[in-house]
Amino acid sequence: MEVDVLKRIPVREQEPKTRATNFDEVCLGYNAEEAQCEASRCINCKNAQCIKGCPVAINIPGFIEQVKNGDFKKAYEIISQSSALPAVCGRVCPQETQCEGKCIRGIKGDPISIGKLERFVADWASENGIKPVSDAPKKGKKVAVIGSGPAGLTCAGDLARMGYDVTIFEALHEAGGVLVYGIPEFRLPKEKVVKKEIENVKSLGVKIETNVIIGKSVTIDELVSEEGYDAVFIGSGAGLPKFMGIPGETASGVFSANEYLTRSNLMKAYDPASPTPIKIGKKVAVVGGGNVAMDAARTALRLGSEVHIVYRRSEEELPARVEEVHHAKEEGVIFDLLTNPVEILTDENGWVNGIKCIRMELGEPDESGRRRPVEVAGSEFVIDVDTVIMSLGTSPNPLIASTTDGLDVNKRGCIIATEEQGATSKDGVYAGGDAVTGAATVILAMGAGKTAAQGIDEYLQGKA
Amino acid sequence: MYRIIEARNLAANIYQMIVEAPRVAKKCMPGQFLIVRTGPDSERIALTICDYDREKGTITIVFQTVGASTEVMSKLKTGDSFHDVVGPLGRPSELIDEPADELKKKNILFVAGGVGTAPVYPQVKWLHEQGVAADVIVGAKTKDILILEDEMKAVAGNLYVTTDDGSYGRSGMVTKVIEDLVGEGKKYDVCIAIGPMIMMKFVAKLTKELNIPTIVSMNPIMVDGTGMCGACRIIVGGEVKFACVDGPEFDGHLVDFDGAMKRSQMYKTEEGKKLLELQEGDTHHGGCGNCN
Repeated sequence: MEVDVLKRIPVREQEPKTRATNFDEVCLGYNAEEAQCEASRCINCKNAQCIKGCPVAINIPGFIEQVKNGDFKKAYEIISQSSALPAVCGRVCPQETQCEGKCIRGIKGDPISIGKLERFVADWASENGIKPVSDAPKKGKKVAVIGSGPAGLTCAGDLARMGYDVTIFEALHEAGGVLVYGIPEFRLPKEKVVKKEIENVKSLGVKIETNVIIGKSVTIDELVSEEGYDAVFIGSGAGLPKFMGIPGETASGVFSANEYLTRSNLMKAYDPASPTPIKIGKKVAVVGGGNVAMDAARTALRLGSEVHIVYRRSEEELPARVEEVHHAKEEGVIFDLLTNPVEILTDENGWVNGIKCIRMELGEPDESGRRRPVEVAGSEFVIDVDTVIMSLGTSPNPLIASTTDGLDVNKRGCIIATEEQGATSKDGVYAGGDAVTGAATVILAMGAGKTAAQGIDEYLQGKA
Repeated sequence: MYRIIEARNLAANIYQMIVEAPRVAKKCMPGQFLIVRTGPDSERIALTICDYDREKGTITIVFQTVGASTEVMSKLKTGDSFHDVVGPLGRPSELIDEPADELKKKNILFVAGGVGTAPVYPQVKWLHEQGVAADVIVGAKTKDILILEDEMKAVAGNLYVTTDDGSYGRSGMVTKVIEDLVGEGKKYDVCIAIGPMIMMKFVAKLTKELNIPTIVSMNPIMVDGTGMCGACRIIVGGEVKFACVDGPEFDGHLVDFDGAMKRSQMYKTEEGKKLLELQEGDTHHGGCGNCN
């Protein structure tokens, strides 16, 4: 294989027309030869900027060098020192703004495909039955981790590696959090990737108890006083879906993206044999422009609907990853930009039969630095749809904060935790991920889980 | 796994099960609900908790078969297990926050319709344990589907049973009994109505005219039940509320029942198809052309 040092080795993908009709993974990943060629482009910078761009600080040039040498096992060992979920991160991290965004190769040519290489190494390890190992002596202390999403799994994995006795409590019937209920199969395969990564965390000695809602089934104070936990990490995730507050939002045929994706992903409603139903609209409007909106849109498309993304700003401001927008367009999602819904229209039985929107134009920049969308007077029009999916973000679930004495939240309801350690206002209780920051990314949650694991270790060492 | 200690057919399509679920049994309070799943790929089914035994670590559920998932559930026998039981979910009844002395001063009326008798029972029982005797109206379409009569009799102050067709007890709808009781000079400070949405709607309409504050328990479509999906949103007093975290009990005079009833029809077609598939088994052929 010829290598042009300025150009990345292209990654194989399913054809857009084919993949728009199935739930198989879009990106097929590198094979060993492609991975080694891509790795050979890395110049192994002494002062590696990519590591600084990684929230969990993987030794990126280190593992890439091993890929170049063909020692994939060693590459996996280097990655798993820093990351509990490499097969997930290789697929869903926004590398373009993190490690790859800082890559020196990127100044003149394409940055190294760090994400695709990480994915290759993780998949290779999984196919070859290699699991992370922990031989740390047992510390004889118990830590409870609330939530089995990216923050919880990372925190639990790191603590288990240090020798702590860790139990994760998960509210749903299946572990994985947003990795199983939120991110679709075609971006993140559940059996092949997510389940295996969770098995890896378990192989470090982490126990997972599903069907436990902290704040309802048991409180944090009870975990400490009655069940003997020495410290607690809260990684309970994002919470309640937001709606716009426009007329018609409780009509039949209106979903939150969380509901739509949970039905399809966690409950497997994309499979007609699933006992859990999903409404397959003829024409679907997805309101919002983030990654979750793209996931909902591409799911609806695969279920057979015509799909419109309705977003109030322009393409440049879309918060979703460029790759996701690109994929959605290739597959046939229609983008109605500079468009904002004002009312959901319904028929006599309460079913959606249209969404009334108004055209927008961009004005002066707002506090987010993005140009503020302004309504164009008199420009209302109706998009003919029978299903509306609201993807406007989430607000924190108050369940834990309201049942835990002395746990402070900010005015948005997010748990307050220190950046350096993840420490909350309550002694021995740490937090991280979306429960602290509001909806963000998998890798940022993992970074917070990692930080908190260190914080918890220091706390418990100090008590010993 | 969550073992079924006892499974019993209470009436035509109504089943009662006592299930081991120690975490739920330890913490649940009247008014709360739980979610069960029968198998590894099954639907999540929300059910109100009918009774609990904290020492034995068991909870009691009562359900009516309404679709494929409850049909599958009804086949479970004593000694079988649920794949998942999670809870308690939702907020407990507001009554339990009131001191017993205050409650004793009040005239409390419960109105239970059909399988809604099951979630009414733990509230009446809880009040009974506090020394508060509440009046209870239980309504059923017909005698054969009347449930928990003896249990209710043991904990209620006065129990008034009515059947729509007059086959047992009084004759007519629960609203008629409320009118009769008030006509007889009974005064009520609060009414708790749990049953089919249409019943709750008409009870609330009547009690509004009679000026009796009324609480209803909503059971809209739910997926996760923990405040994550937003499927269970209903309009209460012009505001969107999530039944799973803000409820399930709400002020009956403020609930938009018509909107909630329309929304609850959302999956009727899909549910009907699944049920047919299950009932007809290998012989299933809907003629729709969309089957596998």
